[in-house]
Amino acid sequence: MQTSAPLAPLPPPSPSLVWRRIRRNPLSFGALCVIGLIALAAIFAPWIAPYPPDATDAAAALQSVSWRHPLGTDLYGRDQLSRIIFAARIDLSVAFAATAAAVVIGSLLGAIIGYRGGWVDHIAMRPVDAIMAFPAFVLAMGITAALGNSTVNVAIAISITQVPSYLRLIRGEMLRIREMEYADAARTVGNPTWRIVLIHLLPNCMPPLIVQATLAMGFALLTMAALSFIGLGIQPPQSEWGVMTAEGASQIVTGEWWLFLFPGLAIMITVLAFNLVGDGLRDFLDPRMRGIR
Amino acid sequence: MGFLGYLVRRLALALPTLFGVSLICFFLTYMLPGNPAMVKAGPFATPEHLAEMERAMGLDRSLPEQYYRYASGLLRGDLGESSATGRPVSEDFVQRLPATLELTFASLIIAIVIGIPLGVLSAVHRDTFIDHVGRVVGITGVAMPSFWTGLIFVYVFFYLLDVAPAPLGRLGAGITAPQHITGLYVVDSLLTGNWQTLRSSLFQLMLPAATLGFSVMAPVARMVRSTMLEILESDYVKAAWAAGLPRRTVIYGDALRNALIPVVTILGIVFGFLMAGNAVVESVFAWPGIGNYAVTALMTKDSGPIQSFVLFVAVLYVAVNLLVDLVYGLADPRIRLG
Amino acid sequence: MSDLLEIADLTVSFDSDAGEIQAVDHISLTIRAGEVVGLVGESGSGKSVTAFAILRLIRRPGRVKSGTIRFNGVDLGTLSEEEMRQIRGAKIALISQSPRTALNPVITVGRQIARLFELHGGLSARDAHRRMLEMLSLVRIPDPAKRAGQYAHQLSGGMCQRVMIAMALATSPQLLIADEPTTGLDVSIAARILDLLRELGAKTGAAILLITHDLGVVAETADRVVVMHAGQVVESAPVRTLFHQPAHPYTRALVRSIPRVDRTVTMEPIPGAVPSLLDPPPGCRYAERCGWVSERCRIARPPLTRVVADHEVACYGFEERRDAAG
Repeated sequence: MQTSAPLAPLPPPSPSLVWRRIRRNPLSFGALCVIGLIALAAIFAPWIAPYPPDATDAAAALQSVSWRHPLGTDLYGRDQLSRIIFAARIDLSVAFAATAAAVVIGSLLGAIIGYRGGWVDHIAMRPVDAIMAFPAFVLAMGITAALGNSTVNVAIAISITQVPSYLRLIRGEMLRIREMEYADAARTVGNPTWRIVLIHLLPNCMPPLIVQATLAMGFALLTMAALSFIGLGIQPPQSEWGVMTAEGASQIVTGEWWLFLFPGLAIMITVLAFNLVGDGLRDFLDPRMRGIR
Repeated sequence: MGFLGYLVRRLALALPTLFGVSLICFFLTYMLPGNPAMVKAGPFATPEHLAEMERAMGLDRSLPEQYYRYASGLLRGDLGESSATGRPVSEDFVQRLPATLELTFASLIIAIVIGIPLGVLSAVHRDTFIDHVGRVVGITGVAMPSFWTGLIFVYVFFYLLDVAPAPLGRLGAGITAPQHITGLYVVDSLLTGNWQTLRSSLFQLMLPAATLGFSVMAPVARMVRSTMLEILESDYVKAAWAAGLPRRTVIYGDALRNALIPVVTILGIVFGFLMAGNAVVESVFAWPGIGNYAVTALMTKDSGPIQSFVLFVAVLYVAVNLLVDLVYGLADPRIRLG
Repeated sequence: MSDLLEIADLTVSFDSDAGEIQAVDHISLTIRAGEVVGLVGESGSGKSVTAFAILRLIRRPGRVKSGTIRFNGVDLGTLSEEEMRQIRGAKIALISQSPRTALNPVITVGRQIARLFELHGGLSARDAHRRMLEMLSLVRIPDPAKRAGQYAHQLSGGMCQRVMIAMALATSPQLLIADEPTTGLDVSIAARILDLLRELGAKTGAAILLITHDLGVVAETADRVVVMHAGQVVESAPVRTLFHQPAHPYTRALVRSIPRVDRTVTMEPIPGAVPSLLDPPPGCRYAERCGWVSERCRIARPPLTRVVADHEVACYGFEERRDAAG
């Protein structure tokens, strides 16, 4: 086991340095470009998609891949490429909103709990342990089922399952760095507590947080797709990758392979991209991982 | 002595967690869309009937009182009733649990049997072709939604190649279930020497187990790889090389033996993935387990089974993690002997 | 005494993101049978890398770029991996630094010793066990039968190092490489470990290559000392000569930095740090830290030249001063 390097207030890598390092890791850089492309496609979906996502065309039902419909059409003649592009909007925004909310809530709570330590820490961590006692997806199932099927509820459910991991991460860092010299220095010049935590300590926890949040995006996407696939959360006829895969599943026995394949492929590519970027980020953002070789 | 203390500490940690789990499940059960009494009474109930139903279900009491009723019910094994089947959820569970366990064990075996050697190979042949292939398989495997993997398997092996059976449950058409011993068809048919059923059940199990196994194989391989890499760089492995021990002894004796100890700990997490995956994969393959039961209940807005599923899985997860920690304690002399 | 180990012109480099690191740069050294040679230098001077190169255990990103290592006249570079494996542990044994982490945490210490007898000595499990217990008593571990059944974490640091010595000597090697054998041990325990090493070396006739950053350690143990700086050998001399007439300015600085009771002068730290081994300058690597430095030192690397029989030094400044005096 390598001893972890002391986590001093490491100067955050300058943007140009970040850029150089990303480019040195071509796989992660490529993945970042893929995410950028998917995000752009989602934002400009109405201009990019060849058809409106819900335009039915009975004459063109269940067509395989062709020039007119690059990814084929479904039972109602809807163009699958257009639906997948529009689905990126909901998939990405829900995953992002859920992750962002979890990061903010989790790190604030974690910072407070970790900074206070002592009995506050002791009591506050028990509910966190209880949440972590559930496999994340199963808890998300339970929460969505309890709150009811809606896009917002899916985001809430995913967010709740993610909060404990950020909370634990930040709390751990806080417990450690609050003892360090620069925390003392910030205290001795009479900063109020919230200022010490937010301005002086929290930024030092950012690198591992960013890494974890990036990896969590992939998990959020998978969770949402799986929830929709089993009929929880986002409902047809909404275009969402999991919903579309579920619709395509019923067409397997008649051989319409493009209907289940492409939405799933979209999930896989997006998740893969986030994971690769997260791995790449970890290699140079997380100081504890540096120099381990 | 050391191990006993460890055991007691670990047990003492599990109890508050279980209490927390029951609290969360209690809130989930009573946070349901619509009043549970209303769901149970049906859409045509009169207000009087509804109020009576609420009283009967104890919904008019205070929250602590309701929790007390809920928790004492749980301790008696009472998981409520399914409005769809009209039977106690616990009975439905007991009936369907063996199917889930059979699938879970089979996938776990696949994940371990493929994942561990893959991780070892990757680590030993670091940065070579084998390693790159292993890592690509690993990182892709993590990114593939398990239901999608399952659908691809069904399409390729059932529809295109016709080497796998239709994704419809645990036994082929016309095959009768083996005599009930453990409830696991593969085991029971083996015990009773019922070869036809054994063949059919293995055949049916093949694709869902491969799907689920594949989805968790990647994290196992990844963990084994990174642990092995760390251990291959350790002083004692260097010392083993320097002592002229044969390659096989160093890698599979000295290094892997140490690497497997941390790997034991992720088996708990893997089990959690598997239980989560069950809900999804069972519904792809119409596998009659508890996951499929919960998902089917969703269709009819029958929330009893789904919350019971969540609770049941969480309790099982806590228990498995406890077990994993105990095995870890036994496997590592640093804990066993203090 | 005949030459047991002969290293000629050995260069080991490591590839890193930033470029090639020259960890060991064209070094030569000889160890005779039964001799105790101290290899001294600051951390990062390439001592441990040399040890691993002798055992042919340099792995990526490191590689041996040039040089030959002869053991009993045989060029180790020409052996097959299997032949080399039969030399490791059997003929050349390593005692690594940090004894606690060099023992496998999940195998009992007794088993770790006994399996060497089975492997290299071809003994039965039972004989191996008996010899293992003998070895444990030889390194003066009290209650060997009990200790044999224990794991590394149950033993003290000094005890672990005794176990390591027992492991290393189990197969009666001709050469024992002890890499910082006393790191992390109390002074008194360290002294006892060194005594034990020397005594057992003499008893079994094994030559010892004692790698350390501490000149004090070699003063009491070694017959001859080789001083390394930044991957290069700067001086080689019998131990008495080295302490009384150190030639190289680096050695002088090292000798001055030893705390001594018979000297009231406070010890002087060596100025500067080991230079970067990434694209090192062509000249002497000590130039930037040296008081004798001249223009010549920065351009060309001084060769190792003889001062008197058995005393060699690589320094232009020393030559100039000797010539001027002489």
